[in-house]
Amino acid sequence: MLGGIGLYLSSPTNREKVLGLLGEHVYLAILPLLIGLAVALPLGALARRGALLRTGTVQASSVLYTVPSLALFVVMPGILGTSITSPANVVVSLAVYTTALLVRPVVDALDAVPGHVVAAAIAMGYRPARRFVAVELPLAVPVLAAGVRVASVSNISLVSVGALIGIGGLGELFTEGFQLRYPAPIVIGILLTLVLALVVDLLLVGLRRLATPWAHAGVGS
Amino acid sequence: MILVEALGWLVDPANWQGPDGLLVRLGEHLWFTVRVVLIAAVIAVPLGLWVGHSGRGGVTLVGAANAMRALPTLGLVTFLFLLSPSTPVLVTIAGLVVLAVPPILAGAYAGVQSVDGRVTDAAIGMGMTGWQRLWQAEVPGSLPLLVGGVRNAALQVVATVTVAAYVGVGGLGEPLLVGLAINEYPQVAAVALVTAVLAVAVDTVLAVVQRLVVPNGLRLAASAAGAT
Amino acid sequence: MKRILALITTAVAVLATAACGSSDPLTGGDGGGDGGGSVVVGSANFPESVLLMEIYAEALRRAGAEVQTRPRLGTREITNAALQDGSISVMPEYTGNLLQSFDPDFTATAPDEVYAALQQGLPERLEVLEYSEAQDSDVLVVTQQTSEQFGLTSMDQLAPLCGRFVLGAAAEWPQRWAGPIADIYGCTFQRVISTDSGGPVTIEALRSGAAQVVNLFTTDPVIEANGWVELADPKQMYPAQNIVPLVRSGALDQAGVDAFNAVSAALTTEELTELNRRIAEERAVPADLAKEFVATAL
Repeated sequence: MLGGIGLYLSSPTNREKVLGLLGEHVYLAILPLLIGLAVALPLGALARRGALLRTGTVQASSVLYTVPSLALFVVMPGILGTSITSPANVVVSLAVYTTALLVRPVVDALDAVPGHVVAAAIAMGYRPARRFVAVELPLAVPVLAAGVRVASVSNISLVSVGALIGIGGLGELFTEGFQLRYPAPIVIGILLTLVLALVVDLLLVGLRRLATPWAHAGVGS
Repeated sequence: MILVEALGWLVDPANWQGPDGLLVRLGEHLWFTVRVVLIAAVIAVPLGLWVGHSGRGGVTLVGAANAMRALPTLGLVTFLFLLSPSTPVLVTIAGLVVLAVPPILAGAYAGVQSVDGRVTDAAIGMGMTGWQRLWQAEVPGSLPLLVGGVRNAALQVVATVTVAAYVGVGGLGEPLLVGLAINEYPQVAAVALVTAVLAVAVDTVLAVVQRLVVPNGLRLAASAAGAT
Repeated sequence: MKRILALITTAVAVLATAACGSSDPLTGGDGGGDGGGSVVVGSANFPESVLLMEIYAEALRRAGAEVQTRPRLGTREITNAALQDGSISVMPEYTGNLLQSFDPDFTATAPDEVYAALQQGLPERLEVLEYSEAQDSDVLVVTQQTSEQFGLTSMDQLAPLCGRFVLGAAAEWPQRWAGPIADIYGCTFQRVISTDSGGPVTIEALRSGAAQVVNLFTTDPVIEANGWVELADPKQMYPAQNIVPLVRSGALDQAGVDAFNAVSAALTTEELTELNRRIAEERAVPADLAKEFVATAL
């Protein structure tokens, strides 16, 4: 097995290809994460405006998450009018999943912002939009970060399914290895996916620390 | 437009019957899901409960579960298929179990953790042994979150069994891949719809189970506290 | 916090711009590839197609073109659509199956007849360049044991046996061939299970006995390696399958066309089978083999 991996990676052509696929994988996983976050934040904030809105949004997002990724990838061109070979199909599909995964954490995270802080901000004359960005959002970061971490791992793992339609980042190593009955590229793909998930997770933890300087300022947790 | 065509495909009985019909595929899909979730539960529930109960290895467990989530199912299934091509069903189940274990593990662990410290203290005070405490206080208290974990796992498995068709073991991924191969979008959309409906149905059933397993005592406590 | 928001916003913007930039040549082409833009060579989702894609790409690079590759896009239905919407500009193709996808009822079988029919039958924006003598045809394959047990070596012996045989073939096989095989050889299989396009699932189906007959491809080294028996096709149900570049009109300059014609002239069935064998058995890298082939043959 290890010999197979060594043999595969001994080819400069293969190494170059694997790096290219890794780059594609990062792109296909991270861009939807950012889009999903950008959509889920206002959606989550909106959902807190009323009980009905809240259950509706949360329920709808959990139903959305039940659509199988392969199905969403292949139906997407019919919805977007894109070419079947366009990376946009995978990006938009994963952005939908990210949004679905993040709406609930956003709601929970905003719920976790202490009411007296919000009241203080109102008393200080913060307008709603500024209050949201400058007060509620930063305080929501710790709870939100947990949701973003789950979504990032999920995206990184899901991208590879796109290989079944020719756009799958490292997933292409799975279809290639499978068809050639060659396990080495598959193992390389799996390992790199794991490493990528780990690295992105560490980055997210780092980002959270940067965004919440008060949490580790020595005033207790 | 595509939705109309998809519904047109769905109402044609010919697409439901026969050895490759949707009914057979639906059955295969469900049967995979049931087996995978059961096996995953057998592995993950005791482990999660024990770690939650003993309080040891929690960090390792959460870390390992998160790493497992990152394992791509398509990669695992294709890899295992190459190792053992004569047992594609077993291989598919194994690959999907890896997917289903982390949420159940997390649910069981978080469930035990969520049990009120005063409850466990009271159990200790009543002279319960470790096992009694686990069975009589922690397990019942952890059930809502535990079943929540199972629900999560089932949802992911239903959505991912589709990938299994790539190694030729059937399920709803089969008509999906066929539809893709012959560029038959109504069929693709129809099967996607059926899979989503199946997922919602499975989720609804488990949601009911989740309500039923909440112990009476907890329900009383919850309503007393004004929570829903 | 503001810094981080700014960071995220910038990242989104950069990635979004990159997205548009990189998808432009894939989706925005209007056929005007006169050597200025890059040529996108696609492939279907099986290894030989990937190998041919690499050979085409390498030949184009030597002819001075800027080349991108899009491997494993899917089946012909998808790659044809991708050519027509301009996401790719060239595909390695097989004359018979390509013709079948535009004209399901064609009757030509010999290489030149199929090619002539193909030139007539192609939709507007697509054209084929010169075809190669190299062929990779569909072939029905049985195990040595099945062949001996039923004295089966040819498709015209199939008729009385089909009722008890299960065929393993790609998902699109029934739509294309269930009619012809019933008409020409009087064969209706007990069942057709959709496996994959000559891949591991198909091979395992024959090996395990889940299927008694499978559809493979003549240049696949797995047939010989297992001592399996190819069924002859005396009535030529499967048409000639010469390898031919399918091109989106205007996507190539003259140097590109010349390069492809040189590849087609140099490629033989034996060479192709040998390249496939080296990929399957020696784990040779398709792109490297392509370089080697183009360097020695052109």
